[in-house]
Amino acid sequence: METKTKSKGAGKKETTEKISGAEALLRSLLAEGVDTIFGYIGGAIMPVYDALYNYEDQMKHVMVRHEQGAIHAAQGYARIKRKPGICFTTSGPGATNLVTGLADAMLDSTPLICITGQVGASLLGSDAFQETDVVSVSMPITKWNYQITTAEEIPEVVAKAFFIANSGRPGPVVLDITKNAQIEELEYTYEQTAMVHSYVPKPIPVMSQIEKAAELINESQRPLVLLGQGVTISGAEEEFKTFVEKAGLPIAATLLGLSSFPTNHSLYTGMLGMHGNYAPNINTNKCDLLIGIGMRFDDRVTGNLNTYAKQAKVIHIEIDPSEIDKNVKTDVAINCDAKQALELLIPKIKSNSHEAWLETFSDLHEIEYQKVISKDVHPGSEMMHMGEVVNALSELTNGEAIIVTDVGQHQMASARYYGFMKQNSWITSGGLGTMGFGIPAGMGVALAKPDRPIFVFVGDGGFQMTVQELGTIAQYKLPVKIILLNNNFLGMVRQWQELFFKGRYASTELVNPNFLMIAEGFGVPGKQISDRDDLKTELENLIAFDGPFLLEVKVQQEGNIFPMVPAGGTVSEMRLD
Amino acid sequence: MKKEYTLTIFTENKIGLLHRITVIFTRRHLSIDSLNTSESEVRGIYRFTIVVTTTEAMVQTVTKQIEKQIGILKAFYHTEDELVYQEIALYKVPTKAFAHGDDVESLIRKFNARILTIEPEYIVVEKTGHKQETQQLFRELEPYGILQFARSGRIALTKQIKEITTYLKELEQYHLDTEEEVLTYN
Repeated sequence: METKTKSKGAGKKETTEKISGAEALLRSLLAEGVDTIFGYIGGAIMPVYDALYNYEDQMKHVMVRHEQGAIHAAQGYARIKRKPGICFTTSGPGATNLVTGLADAMLDSTPLICITGQVGASLLGSDAFQETDVVSVSMPITKWNYQITTAEEIPEVVAKAFFIANSGRPGPVVLDITKNAQIEELEYTYEQTAMVHSYVPKPIPVMSQIEKAAELINESQRPLVLLGQGVTISGAEEEFKTFVEKAGLPIAATLLGLSSFPTNHSLYTGMLGMHGNYAPNINTNKCDLLIGIGMRFDDRVTGNLNTYAKQAKVIHIEIDPSEIDKNVKTDVAINCDAKQALELLIPKIKSNSHEAWLETFSDLHEIEYQKVISKDVHPGSEMMHMGEVVNALSELTNGEAIIVTDVGQHQMASARYYGFMKQNSWITSGGLGTMGFGIPAGMGVALAKPDRPIFVFVGDGGFQMTVQELGTIAQYKLPVKIILLNNNFLGMVRQWQELFFKGRYASTELVNPNFLMIAEGFGVPGKQISDRDDLKTELENLIAFDGPFLLEVKVQQEGNIFPMVPAGGTVSEMRLD
Repeated sequence: MKKEYTLTIFTENKIGLLHRITVIFTRRHLSIDSLNTSESEVRGIYRFTIVVTTTEAMVQTVTKQIEKQIGILKAFYHTEDELVYQEIALYKVPTKAFAHGDDVESLIRKFNARILTIEPEYIVVEKTGHKQETQQLFRELEPYGILQFARSGRIALTKQIKEITTYLKELEQYHLDTEEEVLTYN
């Protein structure tokens, strides 16, 4: 290792003593402030678990039921805490079961440190029992990965991993530790790292670009700000609010930007993208200036790039230089941390209000309200709609709960109808769209924020992908309140089949088990409702219940999520029905 | 419009970096025309030279995605006119080919090639040049029988005035400038 380190002073440890690699790993984690580990034991990681036996009073190890559960839990934990989530798994299948979570964390910029056991260094490449080339497998889906083959490397590599995972644009790191490196002894000292030679975590903004951006903002008649997760990651919620309020800039959030800005604010115009709100999508193609902040112009946001905001100038504030000009060509690129960019911009922008322009959002919202929202929230005599369930919970919790979701129609209903009032309250699988994410992510969130109410919305499809984690939830008595929106279909795919595949419902109808019996089998109490009259009472009971609970809500089978920009369609041609 | 671009990538000497670079081409479904790596003028810093045929928008994105990988110091892309570059080719031909008068010998003279070794059964000829030149010699030697042929990846130096050492100094300066900031990160 040639890592150059800058001492962090306070984090510096001077102790030197001879200990095993496994113990050095645990002490290094403690030095980085780790208090929770999600993992699953197996042959190649046994020395680490043996050492962990002595540290269980200092670090909580959550024994999951499947490694995918461990990594999604670590993701939920990391995103709420804004510090790396930790996973332990064994080699081979233990490590490959992390792949989905790594890919998810890579796309959603989630800091993780995954420690995978590996066969002994002398056996590497020999097709040994439970040997997989984890470094190669995880190469395209990690921010950094490294195979440790000697015990001496452990402290320095762990320090580097923590710095890389949680700085710049965060992401997952895999450390693959051979069994001999866990067993062998080393002279242990630990020093936190704040510098990796080839790595520029915080690009320095170019002042001329800040000036140009301010000029465009001051000249703009019809600006629109796109709020991405980068604002949350950067901890720039307050600066963001000051910025948009000063210049009177209407804002719209990406899926992962939700909850960074109060939904009842006069400048908030809704969510962007495929199933976002009508007004910001339509006005994307009417604005004269788009200001993307900490977001990456994902295809679910932009639809067809050839017809996306062609009339507008584009300012892109983004910490990852490879995102700039990747999908949407910018007029002004500000390559730095969102908080820093906003701090520099605020004094340079003029106070303004764009009342007439804001009114166009209200008019468009009114259309959406009449055609979509009112029918979703007050559907009348039919079966319950997903939207009304989410809306009811939103009202009963004053928009102050943490909402975790799985992927599909219920996810879009949650995004659309939960009226977030508190920051850091929304955990969902965005870029990868991982079914099975919700329940384990909810576990991680419950451990990260035991003082806040946590609700997991999940569909009947995704619920069955990681249902085994109900066992973990029950064992650790995690207060995860699961709301299963059961429509007996893989609803989002069924919706596409209805709209784009002539209603041919290939493999989307589900033959479901008795969910309450399953939950009960794991030791999680539950209740099923199908009558609208029971909704409010049962949600109130759910909110008041102490501990994990499954509330299964039977919803209309063939409900659709509207409005919608069909894949590859033009944002301004969003369908209302 | 697709064109030939040469990427020059400066890296630390770390296991797995080649893989990190190539997966970025793989996921974009880009075929690498040639690849060469060697230590650069700075000790411990390696230079990758990769030739690829694609659009400028694509090569620009790919270059940025490569540069952000941990262990990569700097990545550039260039068109032919911004480079001085060379490839080397080796041709193994039967010795008897030289028995038919001066034909082969004059070919070697004409192409400014040279003979590396002469054995009773075969002769190895070396030619450095651009691909079209080494390919042309291949075509002209073909009638005499080519037993083996190998061509190296492109190696290239850039005409740009700013050298990697300057970028490395900038990187050092960045680490000094941001020390306080980075230190407040957690």
